[in-house]
Amino acid sequence: MTSLMIRGVTKSFGATEVLGGVDLHVPAERLTAVLGPSGCGKTTLLRLIAGFDDPDGGSIAFGDEIVFGAGRSVPPQRRRVGYVPQEGALFPHLTVSDNITFGLPKRARRDRHRVPELLELVGLDVRVVDRYPHQLSGGQQQRVALARALAPEPSVVLLDEPFSSLDAGLREATGRAVASALRATSATAVLVTHDQAEALSLADQVAVMRAGRLVQLAAPATIYGSPLDAGVARFVGDAVLLPGEVRAGRAHCALGTFEVRTSEFDGPADVLIRPEQIHLHHNGSGVAARVDEVSFYGHDASVRLVLLPDGPQVTARITGESTLPEPGARVGLVVSGDALAYPA
Amino acid sequence: MALTRISRRHSPLPVLVTAAVVAAVALLPLGFVVWATISTGWVEAEKLIFRPRTGELLWNTSRLTAGAVTLCAVIGTATAWLVERSALPGRRLWHVLLAAPLAVPAFVNSYAWVSIIPSATGYGGALLVVTLSYFPFVHLPVSAALRGLDPALEETAHALGLARRRTFGRVVLPQLRPALLGGALLVALHLLAEFGALQMLRFPTFTTAIYDQYQSTYNGPAANMLAVVLVLCCLLLLTGELRGRGRARLSRLGTGVARPATRVRLGGATAPILLGLGSLVALAVAVPVGSLVFWLVTGSSAEFDAGQLATTTVTSLTLGALGAVCTVVLAMPVAWLAVRHRGWLSTMLERSTYFGNALPGIVVALALVTIGIRVVPDLYQTTVLLVVAYAILFLPRAVVNVRSALAQAPPVLDDVAHSLGTSRPETFRRVVLPLIAPGLGAGAALVFIAVVTELTATLLLAPIGTTTLATQFWSNSDSAAYGAAAPYATLMVLLSAPATYLLTREARRGTAA
Repeated sequence: MTSLMIRGVTKSFGATEVLGGVDLHVPAERLTAVLGPSGCGKTTLLRLIAGFDDPDGGSIAFGDEIVFGAGRSVPPQRRRVGYVPQEGALFPHLTVSDNITFGLPKRARRDRHRVPELLELVGLDVRVVDRYPHQLSGGQQQRVALARALAPEPSVVLLDEPFSSLDAGLREATGRAVASALRATSATAVLVTHDQAEALSLADQVAVMRAGRLVQLAAPATIYGSPLDAGVARFVGDAVLLPGEVRAGRAHCALGTFEVRTSEFDGPADVLIRPEQIHLHHNGSGVAARVDEVSFYGHDASVRLVLLPDGPQVTARITGESTLPEPGARVGLVVSGDALAYPA
Repeated sequence: MALTRISRRHSPLPVLVTAAVVAAVALLPLGFVVWATISTGWVEAEKLIFRPRTGELLWNTSRLTAGAVTLCAVIGTATAWLVERSALPGRRLWHVLLAAPLAVPAFVNSYAWVSIIPSATGYGGALLVVTLSYFPFVHLPVSAALRGLDPALEETAHALGLARRRTFGRVVLPQLRPALLGGALLVALHLLAEFGALQMLRFPTFTTAIYDQYQSTYNGPAANMLAVVLVLCCLLLLTGELRGRGRARLSRLGTGVARPATRVRLGGATAPILLGLGSLVALAVAVPVGSLVFWLVTGSSAEFDAGQLATTTVTSLTLGALGAVCTVVLAMPVAWLAVRHRGWLSTMLERSTYFGNALPGIVVALALVTIGIRVVPDLYQTTVLLVVAYAILFLPRAVVNVRSALAQAPPVLDDVAHSLGTSRPETFRRVVLPLIAPGLGAGAALVFIAVVTELTATLLLAPIGTTTLATQFWSNSDSAAYGAAAPYATLMVLLSAPATYLLTREARRGTAA
């Protein structure tokens, strides 16, 4: 499969600018997640790649072939993309096997010999071949939709929030199955999602979009560990942001003084700490705080605290087995690891 | 989100042009009315419109409309509530029986009454027959609305301390208003357009007067001016209904399926209510059917001409098929734009085709006769012009059906098909067509039935020598050959019955979604 190169793509609907110049390189045979809040333009970007709409400017290339740009626009039926929309959009009048073979030439449609292989690839039992879409669960529908997209051996597979309509348990399992099927076929894939856990857990690289622009493109661990700015940091995970100051590579704030991970500057700063870095001590050590509220989730719990005497408020995440503090209790806060800092 | 997104590639110019032509054809009768007014001139028009005869017709038309609409609204709402919300025994059967009068064209119903009870004429007879023929137009939408009404609303009202009767008045009835108004409008428009039944019951209204005028003076300004007044009445009704409906949002808020309502026990009232419903069905269904059977048995031996029956049946079926196919094909571009390319232009084009619903067949026929004589003499007295009339009259049914059928084929399926390498025509053939075929079929069936039972426009526009079941029935019963008319009427009823049954199913399904 080929790589995908997007350069300076812009798109407006009427007076609203949806994409303001997006550059994105999707390496061949890798799964890239485009992550962003709803309305950031990520679905539009996907539709431009597929060819359902034309950009106002910029260029899109699959490997060496320019599919949009320089006065040229290849229609979607000749771009050879595999498209998996929200809720699958299986053809309701066709069986599973007819759905999967839809994009194949007539002879191959009759043979059906690739159907079992594709079903196995997406982790479905062969017995579903003659069922109709309404007889399948949501997760099964998504797997069939992927098998259908992969059947004609596309150059790029595009997935538009494919798991958002599934309930939590099914979402994870289906996501894993889809990602492993994509890896097994060495597919170049773009997954659009607003769910950061989905993006971080499934993708090889994550492109964070905000307001029609690409903000950061990096591996999942880098996105989480070294987000480009406070906005990205908050979007990819819970964050405690405290006002402070950076001097000689160390950040000073209400919770103490920490090594700064990436930023190299001096002066006033927003200091960012993840809730799981904050530990509660009951022996008098650490920064004094009062427990305000405790939300217990089973596997862990999040504790909202007010630093004494009068703020600011911070959130700590503690494991489910540790003894939960009562609201109103006084505890000490100790932070492990280093911090991130952004110029304020 | 992707499901509702509409592709902006390839603005569909050919589709747009076709739809515009269809809309223009649908608006021909209105254009004719405007032309007739202008060409007659104000002085002449004033003389023709403001005379005692017009006042008399206006009085007849309005008192019949007011009386029948009131009766239909009361009967239709009561029967709908009984079928949907009470513990009435045999509700399913009652629902079908209460829709059954729609299978008997009103002019056949009036024939059934008048041939048995010759004195059933004038205002009383007309009111009785049209009410019995048209109350299902209220029963069907109101029962559909009741079924879709979330019983939680009523339960909340009870919890807030309202008794059942007050709950009905303050919570249920306001929710039923769109359905009730829509049904009432349908009854009123049908009454304004009704020709056969009222002519047979000797109760003159605008439509019958226009026909008589046309028969005596042919295409004179007198008939045209009466048509102008009739169209104004129709437009008045349309705007009245729009205002009455208001802007309130009456659909269910929130998602999920409404629970079925707890049915009200009728207790001691069950027997009298069953008796009442039984009498209603007896009058509305058993009398026409019984009368037809009576005339079939007693009248056919001497007067029956099997060859003629066969010829007219073939003519009716051919015209019905032709009308159905043409109308559905014409509805396609309009519905396609309305579903796939929403915007003010497509809305306007779609609305234009709905005028057929409000225009009486007599006005459409008069318009096409005039246009045929003055503009396209080659088409006058041809099947083409007749089929155009059918298309104008029945486009609304086809557009509604094709529209909801197209909604079954969301654009995202086209996107997927294109990404899988299929071209536009191939996508239409392999994805869209199989999905919309049932809806197209339903639309075609409805138009087919409407054409087979159409009388007024056919009388005016059918080429010489072309007789349909309806026109042959009409000429037989007009000359009081009741026995000879019976087989034609029976065939029309038998052809209409399946479509009527479909309507009761349709209403059931429409609210289940």
